[in-house]
Amino acid sequence: MTGSLALCVDRLSVEFRTRSGLVRALDNVTFSVRKGETIALVGESGSGKSVTAYAIMGILDPAGRVTSGQAMFDEIDLLSASPKQLAAIRGRRIAMIFQNPRSALNPIRPVGRQIADVLMRHRELPTRAARLQAIEMLRAVGITDPARRASAYPFELSGGMCQRVMIAIALAAKPSLLIADEPTTGLDVTTQAVIMDLIADLATELGMATIFITHDLALASQRAARIVVMHAGHVVENAPTTELFVQPRHPYTAELIAATPDSAANLDDLAAIAGSLPDLRRPDLPACRYLERCSRKTEQCAQTLPQAVLGPEHIVACWNPIPVQAPLKRAIGAP
Amino acid sequence: MTDTTAVAPRESPLAQLLRHSRHVLAENPVTGFAFALFLLILLAALFGPQLAPYDPLASNTAQTLKPPNAQHWFGTDQLGRDVFSRVIVATRLDFFIAVASVALVFVMGGLAGVAAGFFGGWTDRIIGRIADTVMAFPLFVLAMGIVAALGNTVQNIVLATAIVNFPLYARIARAEANVRREAGFVEAARLSGNADWRILVGQILPNVFPILVVQMSLTMGYAILNAAGLSFIGLGVRPPTPEWGIMVAEGAAFMVAGQWWNAFFPGAALMLAVFCFNLLGDGLRDIVDPRRRT
Amino acid sequence: MTVLLDLGHVSKFFPAGGRNQLARLRRRLSGGPEKLPKVYAVDNVSFVINKGETVGLVGESGCGKSTLVRALTRLLDVSDGSIKLGARELALKPARVFARDRDRARIQMVFQDAGDSINPRFTAFDAIADPLRRLRRARGKALKEQVEAAASQCGLPPVLLSRFPHQLSGGQRARVGIARAIAVKPDLLVLDEPTAALDVSVQVVILRLLQQLKRELSMSYLFVSHDLSVVRLLCDRVLVMYLGKIVESGPARAVFDRPWHPYTQALVAAVPRFGGEAMERLRLKGEPRSPIDPDPNVCRFYGRCPISASDCKTRAPALRRFGSRYVACHFAEEFVVERIKSGP
Repeated sequence: MTGSLALCVDRLSVEFRTRSGLVRALDNVTFSVRKGETIALVGESGSGKSVTAYAIMGILDPAGRVTSGQAMFDEIDLLSASPKQLAAIRGRRIAMIFQNPRSALNPIRPVGRQIADVLMRHRELPTRAARLQAIEMLRAVGITDPARRASAYPFELSGGMCQRVMIAIALAAKPSLLIADEPTTGLDVTTQAVIMDLIADLATELGMATIFITHDLALASQRAARIVVMHAGHVVENAPTTELFVQPRHPYTAELIAATPDSAANLDDLAAIAGSLPDLRRPDLPACRYLERCSRKTEQCAQTLPQAVLGPEHIVACWNPIPVQAPLKRAIGAP
Repeated sequence: MTDTTAVAPRESPLAQLLRHSRHVLAENPVTGFAFALFLLILLAALFGPQLAPYDPLASNTAQTLKPPNAQHWFGTDQLGRDVFSRVIVATRLDFFIAVASVALVFVMGGLAGVAAGFFGGWTDRIIGRIADTVMAFPLFVLAMGIVAALGNTVQNIVLATAIVNFPLYARIARAEANVRREAGFVEAARLSGNADWRILVGQILPNVFPILVVQMSLTMGYAILNAAGLSFIGLGVRPPTPEWGIMVAEGAAFMVAGQWWNAFFPGAALMLAVFCFNLLGDGLRDIVDPRRRT
Repeated sequence: MTVLLDLGHVSKFFPAGGRNQLARLRRRLSGGPEKLPKVYAVDNVSFVINKGETVGLVGESGCGKSTLVRALTRLLDVSDGSIKLGARELALKPARVFARDRDRARIQMVFQDAGDSINPRFTAFDAIADPLRRLRRARGKALKEQVEAAASQCGLPPVLLSRFPHQLSGGQRARVGIARAIAVKPDLLVLDEPTAALDVSVQVVILRLLQQLKRELSMSYLFVSHDLSVVRLLCDRVLVMYLGKIVESGPARAVFDRPWHPYTQALVAAVPRFGGEAMERLRLKGEPRSPIDPDPNVCRFYGRCPISASDCKTRAPALRRFGSRYVACHFAEEFVVERIKSGP
């Protein structure tokens, strides 16, 4: 089974040292991505989804520290790899794109050069060939008049175009895994659709695995084959997309779906999620961090957290998951 | 459903500020040292005359140019006056010059800059040209010119220092006001019925002030040096008034002959004061910055 | 339905390119026209907001909705057109002095980024008190009571009033922004993407609050958003804008369930829906046309529109009425015919 996995994250835990205490940002996060698969890491702010990506890529804030766990990529543990090994992987075999395209690009370097830099570094192309290839990549990501745009600076391009450039930079070395951290937040919805289409097309073409990080559940449902739901630094549910939406098993997943406007016919049908995120600096956090907001809690929830396997692909971190027979308040995805 | 989640413990703004200050001081002991030194200087300025063991103006021809000893810790100058007393008493004058210059330039430069940045247009152009004119001169030469033209009084030294620093404050204030001009809270203030001038004073100025405060502590050091420099060339305070700069100027002549204490101690006091104000500026910046890092 | 706000042929242009001497000289030398090129941010927009209605305004970046909103809240002057509040013509009074106008309190706004729209040096109390002080001349005890009343109406516990914005959570800041806007009991509340920066769970609570406040204070809402799913839930009617013009308007549910204008169709198709399969996708090609000095005879959507017929570049479509629906497209009739065929 390992042979077909692009990335396997096992019991990843991350802590941050802050002035007000130690924040246990991630606790035993486990999930994997198969080769060519597209998954989504979904959660609200504070869920730890971006921290997970940053930890995998080794670009955590200096105040952060990986306290346990592995991230296996091609037989190498990214979390304990040497700088030399990481340099050979990052940008070449794993690529990442970020939320704010204009600020993620170098503002004083023409975009064509930024793509060429990657080609020269990771594909070892000579300068001239790299420049030409960069223009081709701009064309491949759907930028019109690529030869002229290659000498444009990021501030001269729209948000959508900058995001395309970032995709071109990320995909220049033909990586086998792409991590996309909220790539379309802040873009218009029509631009978002086009960018997501582009990523999907390129992923298929390159046989690339993709991890989407997003807070938009509806977007994740449309683009990912599998969804990993996170809450307060824990993975609470991990299931194929249709299964997750037709029958969510973790109470948080169900509440999250019920709070998304798209799922409701009327405002009154929208359900708010009770309570709020626990303070991750507390030393007395219960084993299940959803405990204080949960309507299905049991005795065991404060002591340990299970990894209940409910199906061949469906994992839930819950002692009392929603039973399969209970009908949903409304059918999701019904026309 | 009410929302009672607390993000920070419940404290008054002052308690918050004090707690943050303690953090900053704990992390950076040098800042703590600067604060302590500042307090020392302040005390000397306030109570100098009472603390001085001798009358700073009393000359004693029998005791001229005595090196530092038990009766005169810093020695005596060419007129037999106790250098230690003169240095302590001079603190008040130098401190006053520093504070007054800085207060004046804050009002002049700060208000002008904020108006220029907020209103733009002709206000901006005119104030910009005034600032450019001031900057066209070598700053010390300009200060010399102003004092020479208007006369050697403490008020004119303060005025000269303020004028010379005007462009810097105006520029900083203008940049800050410009950035905030389009901020959401400015629009919200308009919606709330605030006329432009009220927005300027009530909304923008409180945001610009902390940034200028940092600059002000740095300017205090400069102001003292400026006054000292002017005194050194005879355009500053007139003798026998004790002032560090003029003491250094008079004492410089004696250094060649080996009587170093005349110039050394006031010079050291100058250096210490400027050093203290600069460190203070750094520390204040850490405390005052609203984007407090974890 | 009584009309609260009536916008008639409102336009707003901005000069594009340099206005200074050098730019003018350069233009003259290159043989171009001396007149300034203009960006048509809002072009001939007319609509009404009735009492008690929630009207949605959707459109993507560059469509002019921010400019339109600033014009009708009188933060900006219009280049042309009328803004009538009841019987009074607001466009006559310049925006610069409108802050002190007697009707200022009748139109208020809730901003997108509550953190940015509250002065970082003000406490929550100061922020909510500001309009009361300026527009209602409230002082002392009366002021305190009114601030606390507004805060509690918005679900903000009094203990939070002494906090600064950076000490409040996103949801709490949003409540402060709303409390400030409703404190003076406006007739019209403009909501500029009020939940865009909030998590989905907080969003529900805030939307419910807005619904409740509207009933309690008998306000009308103009809800500006790019999030169509929220607009669908909250709004009675919706206006769709593209490059400065209204391209479609009608009852919110109807417009989203059966969009007529090709741009609305593309917009609705692009919204991610649960359950995976979206509507048959209309992929929009390329970038929007330039808003600088647009050709008045060409439809603004021409080129990007999948239809883009020859008619579209010779005659700009006017906003035409089809029952309660208004559409600016030469080919709108095709949808009417379809509807008649398939029944109501």
